[in-house]
Amino acid sequence: MERSAQQRFDYVVVGASHAGIEALRAIRAHDGDGSVAVLDREVRLPVSPTVLPYVVSGKRGEDGIALRERRWFDELRVDYRQQARVTAVDSAKASLSLGDGVEIGYGKLLLATGATPAVPPIDGLAAVRYHVLRTLDDALALRDAGRSAGRAVVLGAGLVGMHAAENLARVGARVTIVEMRDQVLPGYFDATAAARIEAVFRRHGVEILTGRRIEQVVARGDASAVALDGGELRDAGLLLVAAGVRPDVAYLAGSGIAVGRGVVVDAFMRTTVPNVWAAGDVVQTASFFGDTTPAGGILPDAVEQGRTAGMSMAGDPAVTAYPGGVPLNTYGFFGRRALSVGRDAPADAGPDWEVLVRGGTGSEDYLKIVLREGRLQGVFGVDVLFDPGIMWELILRRVELGARAAALLENPEDAGRVLMSGLWR
Amino acid sequence: MSATPTIAFDAARCDGCGECMKACQVAKSDDGRPAQSRIRIVRDDETGSWGIAQCRQCGDPRCASVCPAAALAKGGDGVVAWDAGRCVNCLICTAGCTYGGIAFSAAEGHVVKCDQCAGAPQCVAACRRGALRYVTAAKLYNRWGELEDLFVPGLGGCQGCNTELIMRHALRRIGPNTVLATPPGCIPGMGSVGYNGMLGCKVPVFHPLLTNTASMLTGIRRQFKRKGRDVTALALAGDGGAGDVGFQSLSGAAERGEQILFVCVDNEGYMNTGAQRSGSTTYGAWTATTPIGEAARGKTQEAKNLPLLMMWHGCEYVATASTAFMEDFYAKLEAALDASGRGFAYLHLYSPCTSGWRFPSAANVEVARKAVETNFAVLWEYRRSHGLRLSRDIDEPAPVVDYLKLLGKFGHLDAAQVAHIQAHVDRQAQVLRELARAGCGADAVG
Ligand SMILES: Cc1cc2nc3c(=O)[nH]c(=O)nc-3n(C[C@H](O)[C@H](O)[C@H](O)COP(=O)(O)OP(=O)(O)OC[C@H]3O[C@@H](n4cnc5c(N)ncnc54)[C@H](O)[C@@H]3O)c2cc1C
Repeated sequence: MERSAQQRFDYVVVGASHAGIEALRAIRAHDGDGSVAVLDREVRLPVSPTVLPYVVSGKRGEDGIALRERRWFDELRVDYRQQARVTAVDSAKASLSLGDGVEIGYGKLLLATGATPAVPPIDGLAAVRYHVLRTLDDALALRDAGRSAGRAVVLGAGLVGMHAAENLARVGARVTIVEMRDQVLPGYFDATAAARIEAVFRRHGVEILTGRRIEQVVARGDASAVALDGGELRDAGLLLVAAGVRPDVAYLAGSGIAVGRGVVVDAFMRTTVPNVWAAGDVVQTASFFGDTTPAGGILPDAVEQGRTAGMSMAGDPAVTAYPGGVPLNTYGFFGRRALSVGRDAPADAGPDWEVLVRGGTGSEDYLKIVLREGRLQGVFGVDVLFDPGIMWELILRRVELGARAAALLENPEDAGRVLMSGLWR
Repeated sequence: MSATPTIAFDAARCDGCGECMKACQVAKSDDGRPAQSRIRIVRDDETGSWGIAQCRQCGDPRCASVCPAAALAKGGDGVVAWDAGRCVNCLICTAGCTYGGIAFSAAEGHVVKCDQCAGAPQCVAACRRGALRYVTAAKLYNRWGELEDLFVPGLGGCQGCNTELIMRHALRRIGPNTVLATPPGCIPGMGSVGYNGMLGCKVPVFHPLLTNTASMLTGIRRQFKRKGRDVTALALAGDGGAGDVGFQSLSGAAERGEQILFVCVDNEGYMNTGAQRSGSTTYGAWTATTPIGEAARGKTQEAKNLPLLMMWHGCEYVATASTAFMEDFYAKLEAALDASGRGFAYLHLYSPCTSGWRFPSAANVEVARKAVETNFAVLWEYRRSHGLRLSRDIDEPAPVVDYLKLLGKFGHLDAAQVAHIQAHVDRQAQVLRELARAGCGADAVG
């Protein structure tokens, strides 16, 4: 094919991960005929960022972790292109440029390019070698380095940092986690739950420094050392930066597509430019609660948004507005489990809020249920099992729990299933 | 995508005995220790009823969509399969499922879900009350779906009527080598005879008088035979065209043993002309000609039992069927088709009428099911060679009021009328029970 010849597809999806793949399914469910291409920058088959901790730990190798095989795209009659990095979008011409100069025209375009690790502006950081964790290459590098790290410093106690810290500890590294906020996993778990999780990490020899900052990073031969806000130093044979993510939007410069904390979208995942949609970690996700609860950046949201976008693109009349993101987490650590769905009560909660708690002090498990006007807002458990999917649906449906709240606290798994069985099964 | 089997739960039949969960624990154990049950029965203390959490084998499974390791996928057998070798134990699938269908098992150390025990679900086998059923009708739909549809795509039926189902599926199976008679009634009204000079079926179809369907089919079948062609002579008639106005020709053809397949779609009245009573209308039912007023309380006579009357003709084959029990219907259709090559075959189908009986258009199959479950409509089969056989157990029926209360045409019934109908239903069931026990029909009739 000539390089100059412009190819055109009715639908072009950029990014073959959770949001993109779900959108492809939704497009094909409604439009069996339109031409569809999915472009991904990777050389390999798509791999979910979420499996990477298991690559780092060695539980999974490089093989057998692909999100989809090529056959899947073929069966959907989707032209799946690897090593196709989009470098610019021209929305006036309805075309994309790839890194190698190829141009591709689109009828409808979905941006599902996810996010990249955010790197905080710490003095000296740019001059040393550090790790991040977002791609398979990152994971393989971290896995290999972890085996001989000796001392490791993890910057950030979000999910990525905590997973990595556990993996490093398991292969024998002496790990320090430094977190700016005053607890681990902020935004997902409250202080009580976080304290329980922290205690387990400490028992496994991990040092956790919360409410602390890294002021400076200095090179020490091949390795480095970090200087904390109190002046102390920690050797970092391995330094992992896990300070959150930022949407991957550099290629949108000059496209006219509005970008805030991420690509700005409406409830049908339409961007501010005609015929362009966006979904997943790349967008600025609205909170279901309509407040400052953090939203987006998680896999279930990427899937829901991808489906919404795909249905909207294909003109599927069954499409419904995306309700907004609900924080959701299923977190496993050292063989234990913590689950969180929804939001906690704010510090200044009025009388319309109700917080039910059991356990948490000394006893083995902890459960917290948050209600507002009798409706479920959040469920948080450490070593207590329930069905997060049912809780999510109860929140989305704004179900009034009434007298059932007590049953939910006592046995959230069965009580949730009773509600589900009566309401939507 | 093709349809696949499913495990259905009927809360009304569940008493929470827990045997299904025990059976599952045993079935899923591979080391002798009980595994975590993949089915969970839960009690709603507020309503006293039982609920269920079990994988529904969704057509579009969200557990699989959110799995980052591609460890869950819907297979061709309909089961959403979990691949232990790929699972990373992240539990995100449990956030994707809104039904509690996939859950972490502390005992086993990973998520577990129902796999329908490779086509023999042990929970269903353990359920003594019929609250769990393994519905495999989908297999039939797939098989029959591959046969040519001989009926028009568009049709003029009332919303929710099961007659389309009956016509489409019957014609598919009976096939193109057929001459179809559809006497006046809902069936030609639905479109069998077509519109504006266009046929509604891909087989020769004609519109006899209400009175002479079986006579005309007799002539047609015989004439084809004389010409050396073996065609199926098929009637799709209403209960009036079969059992009232059309009865003399039907009775004559049956008694002569004509090689005809006569399907009666019984909606208990003349429904397409405005819901007048027929010989099949139930005692107490409202119709346009058995109104409810100060004195009038609906029909005052009993419905006649047309299929039993046909059995006493000594037909080759007689059966009753319901669209709530499709596998049974299909089996009987096969048998009737086969028998019509030897003699007269009569198939009686219950056809709840959404508009004339006054119930929501979405409820047709449920109404049909309740009719059978209360013994109001007993499913049975008669073969000249083997006599009468009941198609399902009729010994523990639900009270007939469970059926009556679904229908607007019975809305006015008083306790005495309900008791009257119950007594009639009981008597009829007893007669059939005794006929079945006597292995009867064959000698008595034949
Ligand atoms: C270590 C780790 C652990 C996590 N654990 C969890 C968890 O437990 N639970 C949870 O809910 N979420 C978790 N997440 C978050 C989750 O993985 C993301 O929310 C999800 O992957 C977002 O999906 P996406 O499709 O929007 O983007 P991504 O999965 O990031 O995919 C973006 C795709 O776009 C491609 N791409 C990017 N730019 C371009 C370009 N210019 N041209 C072409 N292609 C491009 C990339 O190659 C990639 O395939 C985790 C993330 C990480 C990093």
